[in-house]
Amino acid sequence: MKLIVNGQALEIDASTLAELLAALDYEGDWLATAVNSDLVHKTKRAEFQLSDGDRIEILSPMAGG
Amino acid sequence: MFELLGTTLPSRLFLGTAQYPSPAILADAVQASGTSVVTVSLRREMAGGRDGEKFWSLIRSLGTRILPNTAGCHSVKEAVTTAKMAREVFGTSWIKLEVIGNHDTLQPDVFGLVEAARILCDDGFAVFPYTTDDLVVAERLLEAGCQTLMPWCAPIGSALGPVNLTALRSMRKHFPDVPMIVDAGLGRPSHAATVMELGFDAVLLNTAVARAADPVGMARAFGKAVDAGREAFLSGMLEPRDVAVPSTPTIGRAVFS
Repeated sequence: MKLIVNGQALEIDASTLAELLAALDYEGDWLATAVNSDLVHKTKRAEFQLSDGDRIEILSPMAGG
Repeated sequence: MFELLGTTLPSRLFLGTAQYPSPAILADAVQASGTSVVTVSLRREMAGGRDGEKFWSLIRSLGTRILPNTAGCHSVKEAVTTAKMAREVFGTSWIKLEVIGNHDTLQPDVFGLVEAARILCDDGFAVFPYTTDDLVVAERLLEAGCQTLMPWCAPIGSALGPVNLTALRSMRKHFPDVPMIVDAGLGRPSHAATVMELGFDAVLLNTAVARAADPVGMARAFGKAVDAGREAFLSGMLEPRDVAVPSTPTIGRAVFS
């Protein structure tokens, strides 16, 4: 499946958001996810079906002013 | 003590966490400032990376309240989604709402700000809107459900200090009961003291401390300035006069001629 993850185009075998995170070695309860500009709660990642061309954002805490 | 949205805060200084020379200096600066609220952000995590975990662990060790921001967002949609992601990660409904309207000045897009504030307030957020010193915009933000305001005193990171004291005075006068935190553009402790003397409830700053030659010393200085400004405001300052008035009593002075 072709996906855009944090701005980068990827070809990857993952049908759900949880599978995508595992395939890319993302792990931790400090991560937040959005698909096509909408939040996907951590409790919904396992059931969230991805589609070709989806844009995924994976964010984590960072310094800010 | 500062009562804000049902929370008692020991300090009226809010401190940003960006641009410090090292995580250790950030931690020392937070402690030296006496701040009880630090601002944080969300950014893209690299695949397999643990940067976010390290930073999050450091922030939690500080023992302060956390005010996440939506820095870098240029649209209502970006800001709203970022706020929702921040609520999930940081476990707080407080959000410093930034909707930036200009790349050069980092001036807020006040129209988008009001729209985003309404969406987030309706969704249960406690919105701290980064705004200008415009009274009408402030009214719209309050109508949208905001219970606090964060007017700028100068562009972000400029260190100019309060460039329009008249506008800030006017804001304080028009909204005497709204908690207002002056955010952005402070460069020196005297700037912080000046806005606190006007009766603002708190200040938020980052660059002036983080980029100082000695961030820990500067953090301590800002903490003292905020306290001094607040105490001065509460103590009733003398208004300026156009004539000299002797401070030493004139009655009983010696006459030698």
